[in-house]
Amino acid sequence: MKQFLSFVKKEFHHILRDKRTMFILLGMPVAQIIIFGFALTNEVKNSKIAVLDYSHDVATTAITQQINASKYFEIKKNIINYKNIEAAFKTGNIKMVVVFPENFYEDLQHFNKAQIQLIADASDPNVANTLTNYATAIIMDYQNRITDERKLPYSIHTEVRMLYNPQLKGAYSFVPGVMAMVLMLVCAMMTALTIVREKETGTMEVLLVSPAQPLKIVVAKAVPYLLLSMINIISILLLSVFVLGVPINGSLLLLLAVSFLFTLTSLALGLLISSATNSQQTAIFIALVGLFLPTVMLSGFMFPIENMPLPLRIISNIVPAKWFYTIVKSVMIKGTGILLIWKEVLVLTGMMLFFLALSIKTFKIRLA
Amino acid sequence: MNENKAITVDKLTKKFGDFTAVDAISFDVNAGEIFGFLGANGAGKTTAMRMLCGLSLPTSGTATVAGFDVYHQTENIKKNIGYMSQKFSLYEDLTVKENINFYAGIYGKSNQFIKEKTSQVIANLHLENEVDKLVKSLPLGWKQKIAFSVSIFHEPEIVFLDEPTGGVDPITRREFWSMIYKAAESGITIFVTTHYMDEAEYCNRVCIMVDGHIKAMDTPPQLKKRYNATSMDEVFLKLARNAERAQAP
Amino acid sequence: MPSVSAKNIVKFYETKNDKIQALCGISFNVTKGELFGIIGPDGAGKTSLFRILTTLLLADKGAASVDGYDVVKDFKEIRKIVGYMPGRFSLYQDLTVEENLEFFATIFNTTIQQNYDVIKEIYIQLEPFKKRRAGKLSGGMKQKLALCCALIHKPSVLFLDEPTTGVDAVSRNEFWDMLKKLKQQGITILVSTPYMNEAALCDRVALMQLGKILSINSPAEIINQFKKDLFAVRSSKMLSLLNDLKNFNEVEDAYFFGAYHHVVMKHKNEEQDLKNYLSKYSNDNLEIKNIQPDIEDCFIELMKQSHEIELH
Repeated sequence: MKQFLSFVKKEFHHILRDKRTMFILLGMPVAQIIIFGFALTNEVKNSKIAVLDYSHDVATTAITQQINASKYFEIKKNIINYKNIEAAFKTGNIKMVVVFPENFYEDLQHFNKAQIQLIADASDPNVANTLTNYATAIIMDYQNRITDERKLPYSIHTEVRMLYNPQLKGAYSFVPGVMAMVLMLVCAMMTALTIVREKETGTMEVLLVSPAQPLKIVVAKAVPYLLLSMINIISILLLSVFVLGVPINGSLLLLLAVSFLFTLTSLALGLLISSATNSQQTAIFIALVGLFLPTVMLSGFMFPIENMPLPLRIISNIVPAKWFYTIVKSVMIKGTGILLIWKEVLVLTGMMLFFLALSIKTFKIRLA
Repeated sequence: MNENKAITVDKLTKKFGDFTAVDAISFDVNAGEIFGFLGANGAGKTTAMRMLCGLSLPTSGTATVAGFDVYHQTENIKKNIGYMSQKFSLYEDLTVKENINFYAGIYGKSNQFIKEKTSQVIANLHLENEVDKLVKSLPLGWKQKIAFSVSIFHEPEIVFLDEPTGGVDPITRREFWSMIYKAAESGITIFVTTHYMDEAEYCNRVCIMVDGHIKAMDTPPQLKKRYNATSMDEVFLKLARNAERAQAP
Repeated sequence: MPSVSAKNIVKFYETKNDKIQALCGISFNVTKGELFGIIGPDGAGKTSLFRILTTLLLADKGAASVDGYDVVKDFKEIRKIVGYMPGRFSLYQDLTVEENLEFFATIFNTTIQQNYDVIKEIYIQLEPFKKRRAGKLSGGMKQKLALCCALIHKPSVLFLDEPTTGVDAVSRNEFWDMLKKLKQQGITILVSTPYMNEAALCDRVALMQLGKILSINSPAEIINQFKKDLFAVRSSKMLSLLNDLKNFNEVEDAYFFGAYHHVVMKHKNEEQDLKNYLSKYSNDNLEIKNIQPDIEDCFIELMKQSHEIELH
């Protein structure tokens, strides 16, 4: 045990003394979250919208004017027909359409109730979300104002419809995506690199010719990176909750447990790479092409898997990041519990065990 | 410039922060001379050699190599010198011929020149059957001989050899030195470092650096006489034993 | 029981196109407490041999044991009792002197204090710099630290693979002084080197070339077995002198050797013939003396013999 601890200590010395690498390791997730976060919270101003008004009465005119007066919107067009909405989106740089049904004011007067439909172009989900929120706020504002004049409250129901990307995929999805990416990089690539570095400098030779069990050496090398990864996960979660306002709807414990599971999988992959290569260059190359690229491309983080051709959809199943991404998204965004995602967790566990066993089996106790 | 001097060095100094790696060294190397540059690890040999090859700017002092100034004419220096070290010599994954062609190409020699000279080099080294083999498949001694031929391929005025014979077997080491002698006879100035003290005896003059200074410089017989030694090994040990840098890191 | 024993060890390396034989049937025994040198140029197979003996590589043929343990079967036992210093000084450049030593002590399940007497003499020179990172040490100091790290668990056999390569003559001398002292502590030491003059410092040496052992013996005995007459010759024109010597029928071999040329004669008692021959040429300040061969002379001779055997 003392032996093991001294290995871990040594490994921490390596990491702590290489300031540049440590800065990248700890700074990268922060930078990524902030960059993505900017895209999300970017203030939307003077967005071009269109209005389809079947009613043309006092109320619709007032609401339209108020929308137009806000700094967020600029009404570019009046549409006369429901069918033209699609065309307006496609040709007119229009981000949202406000639809007032017939007899809007009359409904409001007689039934105290009326409906407005907001149709947004959700291909950029962040913008769509922001715009509908602002528009809803303006409508609520109007509703409150006219209610003051009456005893019975008016209620305007705003129905939001997202075009092109109805579930707003991608809105919050970058957080799980960044988590997968960072874990892959820190665990798999860094672990592989540090082992291969010892081969390059020749210290591995000395370690092998010592009573230290080879496997212990390697596991000890992985421990600091495991810790570092957990720090990264926590910093990502803190940033996304407190800076970006992305909620953690499910169990935090479950989230951390799954991250730990994925970290182990990445470590096993890193070990696998390290026993297959003797130079840092090759290790980086394999890690980038073999691990990082599939994580970005095939996990569903950048591109929805449903839209991929069948072969890619099949291949995506062997990418651990896909399963991790699916689980984290469910837990974090949808608030799913273990009961609904146990299958995915099982797959990930299986992968972890498989890669771990494989890396132990291929680990060399000699040089060649 | 003095026509007979291949290298002139006057109070050449290189500092890295507080550390003076090379401390105001002065010496001349005559054209066509085999000049041995010895010193303990960390004595400043490599730093001095880098300055002379135009790879590193001196902190102060002056030096000319092949008549060119080490501050302002490094490009001219590089055209007129050859360089070979034990660590980096040839591309292992290229064939002998490809290596020769590559280095010859760097110096912008005419195709005619390259062609004639290549066959001459191949013939001198008896490599007719190996020209198309990858360098990594050849024994170390051969590699070093090819590397040396490549370093003087463009007929430089001076060639710098940094521990050229490290690890080479005794017979090949001697063959290598005959090549050095031949090159010197053809007028190329040889500037060589080595850890084999018997090789110091082969030099016309030897300069021994200790702690950034030149401790002694003369012909091997004179040095042995002055330090009352029977071999250069003894001379070196007497001079370098009290080096501070060998002790202090 | 020999401390180290190798029997007919053969090792191949496969490359894309061919099979290179690194070791062609190496056999030797090293007795307990011996300082055994393996002398040979790069490519002789020294490193492969050391790696096989330290359980890092598997031989293709043959058997070897260290302190009675088989290098294949009992590799775990061997890893507990040997000290190994690979060709490159394998230290952690970003750890301090002390941290390196402590680390290697713990992986061998010991502490610096426990075996301090083994490394004391060497470590005393390092102690003033114990807080310094290994990467910032001079070559000689790195070498000392690497030796301390290899000794920290008081190994019964110490393998030093080219510890003096690329190290200046002063540090090399110091290093051999350290080895002599270690030998007094009863540690068996196997050391490889490309420097022929270091052979004289060993109890016995194996001269190696291209995967073969040319000779195994004490340095004195190797020199004794050089039966031919050897002369050291010099004049003021060394290069033309060498050519003259090579052209003389009675000369078997002539080559540079420091300030002199060494001349191996074909027959005994030909000093006068040599003098007569050389006096015909304009060799100023001619000096001829009959000398004892050096290990390097023997090595050259043995290399040529082995080459001739191969040709026939």
